[in-house]
Amino acid sequence: MGIALKKRVAAPQLPSRPAYGDNQTGTHLPPRAGSLNGVIVPEQPGKNAIEVRGVRKVFGTGENQVAALDTVSVSIRENEFFTLLGPSGCGKTTLLRLIAGFDFPSAGEIMLHGQDIAPLPPFKRPVNTVFQSYALFPHMTVAQNIGFGLEMLGKPKGEIEARVAQMLKLVKMEALKARRTSQISGGQQQRVALARALAPQPKVLLLDEPLSALDYKLRKEMQIELKRLQHETGITFIFVTHDQEEALTMSDRIAVMSAGKILQVGTPRDIYDRPAERFVADFIGETNFLAGTVVSKKPGVATVKFDSNATVAAGYPEGFDPTGEVTLVVRPEHADLVPDPAKGTIAGTLSNIVYFGTDTHYHVRLDGGENFIVRHQNSRSSPVTYETGAEVGIQFEEGAARVLKD
Amino acid sequence: MTTATLSPTMPSKAALFEAQAVKAGARRNRLLSLPALLIIGIFGVLPLLIICVYSFLAAAPYGGVQWRFSTDAYLNFLFQRDIFDDTLQFTPDFLIIYLRSFLFAVVTTIICLLLGFPTAYFMATRPPAQRNWWVLLITIPFWSNLLVRTLAIMFIIRDEGLINNALLGLGVIDKPITMLYTNFAIQLGLLYAFLPFMVLPLYSSLEKLDFRLIEAAYDLYATRRQVLWRVIIPLSKPGIIAGCLLVFIPALGAYVTPLILGGGVHLMIGDLIAQQFGSGRNWPLGCAQALILMAAVLVALFFYVRNTSGKVQHG
Repeated sequence: MGIALKKRVAAPQLPSRPAYGDNQTGTHLPPRAGSLNGVIVPEQPGKNAIEVRGVRKVFGTGENQVAALDTVSVSIRENEFFTLLGPSGCGKTTLLRLIAGFDFPSAGEIMLHGQDIAPLPPFKRPVNTVFQSYALFPHMTVAQNIGFGLEMLGKPKGEIEARVAQMLKLVKMEALKARRTSQISGGQQQRVALARALAPQPKVLLLDEPLSALDYKLRKEMQIELKRLQHETGITFIFVTHDQEEALTMSDRIAVMSAGKILQVGTPRDIYDRPAERFVADFIGETNFLAGTVVSKKPGVATVKFDSNATVAAGYPEGFDPTGEVTLVVRPEHADLVPDPAKGTIAGTLSNIVYFGTDTHYHVRLDGGENFIVRHQNSRSSPVTYETGAEVGIQFEEGAARVLKD
Repeated sequence: MTTATLSPTMPSKAALFEAQAVKAGARRNRLLSLPALLIIGIFGVLPLLIICVYSFLAAAPYGGVQWRFSTDAYLNFLFQRDIFDDTLQFTPDFLIIYLRSFLFAVVTTIICLLLGFPTAYFMATRPPAQRNWWVLLITIPFWSNLLVRTLAIMFIIRDEGLINNALLGLGVIDKPITMLYTNFAIQLGLLYAFLPFMVLPLYSSLEKLDFRLIEAAYDLYATRRQVLWRVIIPLSKPGIIAGCLLVFIPALGAYVTPLILGGGVHLMIGDLIAQQFGSGRNWPLGCAQALILMAAVLVALFFYVRNTSGKVQHG
């Protein structure tokens, strides 16, 4: 039978390696910390669930070699909603597949609760995946799909049935349990895929762009649903997406990835307000970049001078020493217009006004030639109205300007 | 048509025209299906009717039939009429040949499935650009006549053939192993002839398999063996059914292979039937044997399909 399954499916190449934990039969999960009303209680909150240490993944050989992951290290805490965010081809799905066991790292370690799982085949890792395509088994019913993992673990029939019923309730699919997966809608398939992955009570749930196939309204619904599920089950979620809005709204922490590297890890607020690199600032939200020169610095704050001789105090990333020419980042909503150009930190000409209903975007052509966008939230009592062509000043909020690493 | 209901006594011209158009359309449709019906009728139904009629006639002494109703052909299938007292005696000779043929066909199907499945899986998991080359390789044997290929097997396995000469030359054996004109030879020939008919439908089924499902199964703690039995095989069932039918039915009625490789000693149904029209000079018996084979296949097919379909809904 062995020859029937080769290559294509990252066939586990090291079946003789010890299984995760101390089990002898290979496919059993390590004992869990405990379960209360089906809600799993993590052993020690605050510990790392997953630790990725210096992982490299190279595809191809010789001259065609491509490093999909270039020495990535990241720690994911227990009970955390962790998001890998980045454009397509940045390596986020590769990292997820390495954690799931579909691919094996070219170098480095992947620790799950302190044990290296990198050489284990997928069926020996207490980790489950929700696939982008859902990958539900078309020859099984909804209930059979959800019970599949437990069945493969050799759980007794009664336990499987109870657990499946519980999962069906959790994702509100009780009514459709006898349906074939081809007979339910995309959103329902999504729920079944989630239930199927959660049923074996994995230590970590991996989600590979699970919402990308859903329409906008359903996606919003499922975002809330996912957060609820993560909260109720207490399982660590590792969520892969290219949608920055999705990442910001759902995550406890985000890792922004680009070209096989993790550029920055932090809370959504960290990432948004204090981006460390130009790519991060640019990828997440709208941003203004300004060129300036560092004239002096105190710990954590540098004074940057613009061409117009105006200066601004700007924070900078930890462990970075800003000197000379630097790039500053200012979010559009962290700045405001003032009618008197002399009163602003910088000044320019209003070139365009775009009304969005909730807010208005003012496009300002700076005296230095760059464009700067100011987002002003509309209110009933907007005191000043501006017109295109007017000379205006731009005032930064306290701490709005940040120095970028590159 | 609605206008017609408004004035039921005198249908309007439009309605009349519409009705005519519908009729003409139906006629045209029938006309278009005529070629197909003709072909099925002339080459399928008519010969079958002739066989059916002939099977109920008496045999003429030098071949052909006498136009006289007789059930002798069917009686002869199981019984032999005593030359002296005209009593019927049960003779299982034909039945044994039928059972032997079924056995050959079943073994051929099973071995073809066991060999064909890994082959088809291998082909289906090659990069897309490579796959057509593999299909081409599988179809290459079809480029030459089966008779020629069967004769080639004969030259390979006969006493002074390739295999025996090689083994003798290497000193593995002292005297040649008799392989030709044995059951082994027939089985080998059948396997060789029908393997591609198993591989191709299996391949087309496996090629459409969503390999992400296999990853999903691995992810859900299925071992390789479980993935095979719980995911790959159930999902390739349409291909397995098609392949088994395509191998079993022709293998059951195989003629050339057992004739040449069995040396006429180890008969199969096909040879038996052919004999009745040749040296046997009993056309009605040949017709009856053909019909009995057909009925047996239909019954087997009925149970096979009933037991395998319905369990898989390919979505």
